[in-house]
Amino acid sequence: MELYQKTIHEIASDLKAKKVSSVELTKATMAHLKAVEPKVQSFITVTEEVALAQAAEADKRLASGSNLTPLTGVPLGIKDLLCTKGVQTTCASKMLEGFKPPYNATVVERLNAAGAIMVGKTNMDEFAMGSSTETSYYQKTKNPWNLSCVPGGSSGGSASCVSADQAFGSLGSDTGGSIRQPAALCGIVGLKPTYGRVSRYGLIAFASSLDQIGPMTKDVEDCALMMNVIAGHDEKDSTSANVAVPDYTVEMKKSIKGLKIGIPKEFFPEGMNPEVTEATKKAIEQLKSLGSEVHEISLPHSPYSLAAYYVLAPSEASSNLARYDGVRYGLRVPGENIVEMYSKTRAAGFGPEVKRRIMLGTYALSSGYYDAYYLKALKVRRLIKQDYDQAFEKVDVIVTPTVPNPAFKFGEKTDNPLTMYLEDIFTISINIAGVPALSLPCGLSKTDLPIGLQIIGKPFDEGTLLKAAYAYEQSTDWHRRKPTLKES
Amino acid sequence: MPFEDYEPVIGLEVHCELKTATKLFCGCPTTFGNEANTQVCPVCLGLPGTLPVMNGKAVEFAVKIGHSLNCTIASYSKMDRKNYYYPDLPKAYQVSQYDKPLNYGGYLDIVTKEGTKRIGVTRAHLEEDAGKLVHAGGKSGRLDSSDYSLADYNRGGIPLVEIVSEPDIRSSDEAHAYLTALKSILLYIDVSDCNMEEGSLRCDANVSIRKKGTEKFGTRTEIKNMNSFKFVKQAIEYEIKRQAGVLDKGERVIQESRLWDVTENKTKSMRSKEEAHDYRYFPEPDLVPIILDPAYVQKLKVELPELPGAKRARFETDFGLTPYDAGVLTSEQELGKWFEVGAKLTKNPKGFANWVMGDMAAQMKEQEKELKDLKFDQKKLAELVDIIDAGTINSKQAKEVFLELFNEGVSPAEVVKSKGMAQVSDPKAIEAVVGKVLDENPNVVVDYMGGKQGVIGFLVGKVMQASQGKANPKMVNEIIKKKLDS
Repeated sequence: MELYQKTIHEIASDLKAKKVSSVELTKATMAHLKAVEPKVQSFITVTEEVALAQAAEADKRLASGSNLTPLTGVPLGIKDLLCTKGVQTTCASKMLEGFKPPYNATVVERLNAAGAIMVGKTNMDEFAMGSSTETSYYQKTKNPWNLSCVPGGSSGGSASCVSADQAFGSLGSDTGGSIRQPAALCGIVGLKPTYGRVSRYGLIAFASSLDQIGPMTKDVEDCALMMNVIAGHDEKDSTSANVAVPDYTVEMKKSIKGLKIGIPKEFFPEGMNPEVTEATKKAIEQLKSLGSEVHEISLPHSPYSLAAYYVLAPSEASSNLARYDGVRYGLRVPGENIVEMYSKTRAAGFGPEVKRRIMLGTYALSSGYYDAYYLKALKVRRLIKQDYDQAFEKVDVIVTPTVPNPAFKFGEKTDNPLTMYLEDIFTISINIAGVPALSLPCGLSKTDLPIGLQIIGKPFDEGTLLKAAYAYEQSTDWHRRKPTLKES
Repeated sequence: MPFEDYEPVIGLEVHCELKTATKLFCGCPTTFGNEANTQVCPVCLGLPGTLPVMNGKAVEFAVKIGHSLNCTIASYSKMDRKNYYYPDLPKAYQVSQYDKPLNYGGYLDIVTKEGTKRIGVTRAHLEEDAGKLVHAGGKSGRLDSSDYSLADYNRGGIPLVEIVSEPDIRSSDEAHAYLTALKSILLYIDVSDCNMEEGSLRCDANVSIRKKGTEKFGTRTEIKNMNSFKFVKQAIEYEIKRQAGVLDKGERVIQESRLWDVTENKTKSMRSKEEAHDYRYFPEPDLVPIILDPAYVQKLKVELPELPGAKRARFETDFGLTPYDAGVLTSEQELGKWFEVGAKLTKNPKGFANWVMGDMAAQMKEQEKELKDLKFDQKKLAELVDIIDAGTINSKQAKEVFLELFNEGVSPAEVVKSKGMAQVSDPKAIEAVVGKVLDENPNVVVDYMGGKQGVIGFLVGKVMQASQGKANPKMVNEIIKKKLDS
C-alpha cells in the first residue's frame, strides 16, 4: 500500500512513530495528486509551496513530540469557498478569479493550529450551486470510479480528491446535500454537522441559514478526528452554538446495542433505483444484526422540502451574492455609469445556474410576493423541523439512502435544472431542519459505482451518528474499496 | 386657496450615530476624521465569508434611547437585511430592523410658543451606517458631473439608531422644537455626540399639506439627509410653500425624495436612482434575534439620568420659573446642573436664572466661553443677586459688577466695596440731599404743586447726581414725594 492510500488515523501513527516525515509524506501525496489530476481535476488551485512550508513546520512539531494532533503533518484538501489567507479563493466563479482573501476561515485556522497541511483548493459548483460540480467556471471534476461520471456536488472536488487519494481528507460545505451527495457518489464518508456546530466564519455564503462546513474522509474514524478539530463555538460566528464538543473518537466506539433506528417511509418512493433500495435495506438489516432496533417512522412534510428549499436558499443567495458588484474586488467590467458597470460585471461574472438562483430569490423576496413565497417557505421549514423533533422522540437516528441514484454522466442533467435539483431530494430536509447527517459507503452498483447510506441524528448528537456509522462500517468493507480511475 | 388655509403634516426621521468605541458588527474604531479606509476590516468591508457580531454596547445605547423616548422595549427583536446596490454599501445590503424594531410606540413632549405638545415616536431601531463617497473631478463635486468616485468605508458599520416620529408635527417651528428636544435627550443620556457637522445626527423630513380641518393626508415628499436644524426648518418652510403653489395651480404633488440645496435655498427633486426601491427586506440569517432580559431592560431604565422634560417641570415648581425659562435652562444638561447649584444658594432663584440666561449667556457667547471656562462659581453669582436684592447697588452698577465677576472672577461684594458702590439707603442722609435740591429748584417745586407730577423724575435725577449715583433711587423717589405732598 502506498503512503497516500492510507487513512488519517493510519498515517498519523506513522508520522508520530517517525516512520515517515510530513515533508516526505506531502511530497509523495503531491506527486500522486499531480499524476492523477489531469484525469480527475479535483483542484482549482494546487498549493504545493504552502503545503511544503506547512509540512516543514509540522515536522518540527513532530520532532519535538509535543502539541501533536492526529492531523499534524497530514495533507488535506480545502473546498474553494473557504477563505485562505493570501491563497486564491474563487468559489469556482469567474467573479472571484484571482481573489486572495486577507484572512483565514475559522476552520482553516483550526486546521492550521492542529498542524494540518493544505494541498489545494478543491473544485465545486459555482458558489456551491449545483449537484455535479459541472457549474464550475474552471473545470469539470471527474468521478474517480468512472471518469465519464460526475463526482456529485457541490463539494465535488473535495469528494474526488479523497476518493482518488489526492488528499487524506478534505473540508466541504453542505447547504442542501453538497457534502453527503458527492460523498455518496464518490464512495467516501461525508458529514454535515448540526447547524451551528462548526463556525461558518470565512465560508463564502450561499444560503447562510443552511450552510454548514463538514469533513469528507476515507472512513468514519477520520471523520471523527476532523470533527474534533473543527467543531465548537466561535465568537466570530453568532450562529455557532456554545455547546460542548465531545471527543468524537470516543463517542464513535460506544456500543449500538439497543440503538433505535427510524426508517422514514417517505424516503423509499416507488420507482427509485432498485440497486440503491437494495443496498439501503441490506445496510438496515446489518445495523439490526449489530443490535439496534428498527422502527418505521414518518416525516410527513418531507415532500415539501425541495420546494421550500428552492425559495429559502435562493432568497438568501440573492442577498449574499449582491456584494459582487465590481466595486471593491473580483471581476469588474467597466460601464458608462455605475448601473451599467454593475450589470455588465454581474452578467459576465456569474454562470447560468447562479443567475437562475439570484433571479428566483430576488423574485421570492419582492414586495407583493414575500408572503406567498418566503414567508410560506419559512412556515414549511417549521413543519419540517417539527417532523424531525417528533421523530427523535421515538428514535435515536434515522437511516435513509443518501441519493436516489448512483453517479450520472456529464451533461445528463444539465439541460433540465429540476432533474438536477432532485439529486438532493433525500438530503435537503436535513439542512432545513438544521440536524446533522452523514453519508457513508454501503455498496456498489453493478457498474461499480458507489452507493451511499445516510444516517441522520439529533441536533448536536453527532456522537451517536458516528457511533452508528462506525459500527456499520466496521462490519463491512465498502470503505476499503478503491476506485480505478477507469474511463466508463 | 389662501396659504393660511393649508395645514402642514410633518414626520421626521432622525439618524443618530451612537458613540460606541467600536462599530456595530466588528472591532473597528468609530473615530471621525481619520484618513480614508484606515478604520476598516474584512467584516465592515463585507468581504466574502465574513460575519457580523452584534455590539452589546450599541444595543444598550439603543435601549436607553427607547426608554428616554417613552417607548416599549421589545423583548424579542431581530435584524433584517435591506437590500439595495450602492457603492458605499459594501455588502449591497444594510443590516437594519424591519418589522420587529427594538423600540416602538413612544413619544416626546416639545415646548413651543403655543405651549407643550406631545409628538408620537413610531419606532427607534438599530442599524449600521454606510460608507461615504467622494465624487471626484467634474465641476460641482456632485455625482452627476463627477469623473469618478472614491469610497471611504471608515463610517461603514458605525451603529445608528433611526428615530421615526409620527406625522404629528404641524409647523417648521414644531419640527425645530422636536429636533432640539431630541438632541438634548440624546446628549443627556450620553449615547451620541450629536455632532451635526460630522454627520452624527442627520434628519429626513416627510412633508405634506392638506386643507385645514380635513383628515386625509396629502401626498408627501421626503427631504433627505439634512445635517442642520436650520436647514430642516428652512426646507420644511420652502416645501410647504412649494406644495401649496403646486396645489393652487390645480396640479398634484408627486411623491418623491427631494434634496435641500443650501446654496439656492430650495428643495430639488432627486435623481432617478432613488426611485421607488423594493428593498426586499428579510431576516438577517447571520445574526441571532435580540432577546432582552426584562431585568436588564429595567436596569437601564433605572440608570437613566433625569431627562430634560422632567428637569424642566421640576425647575418650574422648585424655582418658580416660567416654562420657557425652565426650557432654556434644561436644554443642556451641564447648564441645568450649573444653574441648579446656584439657584439653591440664593433666595431669588428667578433672579439668578435671569442672570444666567441674560448677561452670563451673552458674555459667554460673545467671548466664546463654555461653562468649564468660567472664572467664577455659582456662589459668587448668587452673591451678586443677593446684593442687588438687598438694594445695595442699582441695576446699572450691577452690570458693571457682573463684568468684573465674569472677566476677572472678583467677588461682587469686593467690587462693590473697592469701587465704593454701596447705595446710600440711610433716610436721613437722603433727606438732607433732597432738601438741598428742593431749595435749589423752587420753580420745579411750584410746577409740581401746580399738577405737573412728571417733573418728579427731574428732581430724582438731580438727587442722584448730587449723591454721585449712590442714593437708593426708590427711596429718593419716596422721600421727594413725601416732602412735596406734606
